[in-house]
Amino acid sequence: MSRTAVVVFPGSNCDQDALWALGADAVAVWHQEARLPADVSAVILPGGFAYGDYLRAGALARFSPIMADVRRAADAGMPVLGICNGFQVLCEAGMLPGALARNADIAFHCQTVTVEVADADTAWTAGLRRGERLRLPIAHGEGRYWVADLTGVRVAFRYAGENPNGSLENIAGVSNRAGNVVGLMPHPERAASETLGGVDGLRILGAVREALR
Amino acid sequence: MSGRTKAVRAATANAVADNPAPWDAVGLTQQEYRSIAAALGRAPAPLELGMLGAMWSEHCSYKSSRVHLRRLPTTGDAVLVGPGENAGVLALPEGWAVAIRVESHNHPSAVEPFQGAATGVGGILRDIFATGARPCAVLDGLCFGPPEQVRARHLLRGVVEGIAHYGNSIGVPTVGGATAFAPGYRDNPLVNVMAAGWLRADAIQHGRASGPGNPVLLIGNRTGRDGIHGASLLASRSFAEDPAGLRPAVQVGDPFVGKLLLEACAELAERGLLVGCNDLGAAGLTSAASEAAGRGGMGIELDLGAVPLREQNMDPYEIMLSESQERMLVVVDAADERAAVAVCERWGCELARVGHVTDDGRIRIRASGTVVADMPVALLTSAAPRYRRPARRPAAPARARPPDRDLTAVDDWLERLLAAPNICSRRWIYRQYDHQVQTATAVLPGQGDAAVLWRKGTGFGVALALDGSGRLCRLDPYGGAALAVCEAARNVACAGGRPLGLTNCLNWGSPEDPATMGTFAAAIDGMARAARALAIPVTGGNVSFYNETSGRPVDPTPLVGVAGLVADIGRRRGSGFPEAGLAVALLGPAAGRLDGSEYQVQRWGAPSGAPARPVFALERGLLRVLAEADLRSAHDCAEGGLLVCLAECVLTGAAGARVRLPKPRGRLDELLFGEAPGRVVVSTDNYGALARLCRAAGVPCRKLGVTADGRDLVAEGLGTWSLRDERGLEPWLA
Repeated sequence: MSRTAVVVFPGSNCDQDALWALGADAVAVWHQEARLPADVSAVILPGGFAYGDYLRAGALARFSPIMADVRRAADAGMPVLGICNGFQVLCEAGMLPGALARNADIAFHCQTVTVEVADADTAWTAGLRRGERLRLPIAHGEGRYWVADLTGVRVAFRYAGENPNGSLENIAGVSNRAGNVVGLMPHPERAASETLGGVDGLRILGAVREALR
Repeated sequence: MSGRTKAVRAATANAVADNPAPWDAVGLTQQEYRSIAAALGRAPAPLELGMLGAMWSEHCSYKSSRVHLRRLPTTGDAVLVGPGENAGVLALPEGWAVAIRVESHNHPSAVEPFQGAATGVGGILRDIFATGARPCAVLDGLCFGPPEQVRARHLLRGVVEGIAHYGNSIGVPTVGGATAFAPGYRDNPLVNVMAAGWLRADAIQHGRASGPGNPVLLIGNRTGRDGIHGASLLASRSFAEDPAGLRPAVQVGDPFVGKLLLEACAELAERGLLVGCNDLGAAGLTSAASEAAGRGGMGIELDLGAVPLREQNMDPYEIMLSESQERMLVVVDAADERAAVAVCERWGCELARVGHVTDDGRIRIRASGTVVADMPVALLTSAAPRYRRPARRPAAPARARPPDRDLTAVDDWLERLLAAPNICSRRWIYRQYDHQVQTATAVLPGQGDAAVLWRKGTGFGVALALDGSGRLCRLDPYGGAALAVCEAARNVACAGGRPLGLTNCLNWGSPEDPATMGTFAAAIDGMARAARALAIPVTGGNVSFYNETSGRPVDPTPLVGVAGLVADIGRRRGSGFPEAGLAVALLGPAAGRLDGSEYQVQRWGAPSGAPARPVFALERGLLRVLAEADLRSAHDCAEGGLLVCLAECVLTGAAGARVRLPKPRGRLDELLFGEAPGRVVVSTDNYGALARLCRAAGVPCRKLGVTADGRDLVAEGLGTWSLRDERGLEPWLA
């Protein structure tokens, strides 16, 4: 059996939520570990405030020891998903293009948004159709996606309707060229139960599970 | 430097030593100083006096309120831990329990709203995890001056940002609360923070030191010069006009360290390494050490040379009275010390062994090899003074006569009330709070009368509400406080919860003023009566006196936080109409009173008269109906009255409604906008069963109409309102 690793940085606060949404085949990996466990075949960098995010969001977490192995695994094609703070870490690490700036209205936004699948060929959108819409919660103060040059940037998700943070071209998530590393500001793990308002997030989290089975 | 800044800076060991009236520098009276000297058989050393000044402060000792708080009921089947510990604990099914506590951070927030509110969140969360619980929710009770005023907007912005800063980062959802605006809070805002946490009933930690020789560890942040004498000089005195000079007495929060401390303490608790655990809040190390020793019937010895410091050359006085945030005092078994050190190292939390438990009942402080304080623990804790202050009970309120004519039509009153600061949507506030982290919030802010948290892995949840009205309490302290209990309980019941227990935060002016003390005593009577009548025990809370500026006290404001069990999470309820084709019914009396209503304030400028008091038999019946009936939605009919309540059911739901209101017996505006306790608007697909249940429970029930497609509220003969967008606070804050 293969498992999905959820990296826990000091200050991560959505790590337990991701583990819960993924169920039995997920494992927490402390940021000071040098290597991902051998049976891991996908990695999630969860939401939160790694190292307090007092500098720039994700700016310190990218130096955590485990990140070298995450990068090695990503280069070898392993699916890596950065959610919210995890997306910020991946951008700071240079594993995804662009950056996440302070929301346009400089306020934190916690609300549910509609996103549209812009690219159904990444490792994390394989279970979705292009143009399909999902309802997903967001919760961030620094989610305004920005990149100097959009040429070659693979956009995975766009906000449909309200753009809550002023992101360039309504971008809610992007992938690397190969499509195995994806980052998005919305929280799929928060849309993983009807009791909590919806299950659209499982379509993203489940994509790699299905593919790996 | 202003005079007040000097006063705070002067509260150092030297100033105490050289002062002909040393009691003054630490906020005590000469009388209190004399009794200290008598108990010790000598004059207290400067450090001792500073420690006593903090522990005997109103904030820490409850010296003016204790004789009254005794009247509150504190026991019940669900109460596992009552008042006197870091937080109250209530039993839930399947071996689970929930810890709850509310505390004020009014004074620091008035001085510096962002940090004042942020450290309020940090402090209450430490109270929760000191019980061994994992914090699962924050709620806030906020009161400001009218939003037209620049200062009120500044405070509101700062407080909301501060709560968001701390709560969002540490990863505890901020799920609800109450926000009120009234002129009485202009200079002295109220920031009451409530928190709840999950724990196993058999793993409750106590803030107790036991086992002589056991090491006493200080975990978390280093100790700095911030917040020295916050408890005695900031929280236990009234403000003069400009409180800005008191900024050095406000602490600064660090949610990242708070998160590491939380995780380290949770792991220590889970691994069974804790003998006792106590938060360093008001009065810092002094209160944490003496409370722990006092509860355990032990003594404690501290060596200040071992305390990790943030600044150089701090003297014992500063170290013992610093209110630096994110610190926890922990007692472990000597054999477990190395394991505890390893846990803290893993989480990157600094830990120092600062002393040990003794069996002589004394608190002994050493610095540079000499004893700088040595007193009986009891002198700091149980021997603190208790005062029965002169109290002039308020006269019974008399009904107000409306100064002019009744309405002949609704006109634009519904729109005006829906846009009023006290009624409009709180979306601007709660959208800034992460209210979904931990993936357990099953009824979100804005969706229901109470937040519902799902205990994942089980089929149950907990409903939490924080409510109270300074406006009603100002008119009728007894009735207003009773109503706060009833309303918070009703809110929990509307969301599908059965109330288990409450925590309260009592915000009053100076206890040295007999009129203030009189309203306080009357409010405690009302609260005690309601808590008994509804069988909802008080598990603890907080009293905040001296909420006044230049002799103007705030409206007496009791906020009540109730936790209730939602036995079947599938039966949780929102407040809005969920779909078309349901019967809409009003439970409780049809008309309300104008006295104390939002309509009265909006129309005539100020509240007056005698608000309707709760009828306990009706409230009990309502709780029963709300627990047993098959309802699709339930919304407490509160500020704004019946028509506003119906509009809110449309605004927060997914359907409109067509209703026919009963014929008014008195004034039309009393029917439409009058307020009274004990009223709930519900929707159901089985009205017959609801009516039968209401008859059995002695609750008036009348069918008002049906829910309908679209977002229109149609009140026959009165008007049609298209309710698509909620009005919010944005017009004032944009």
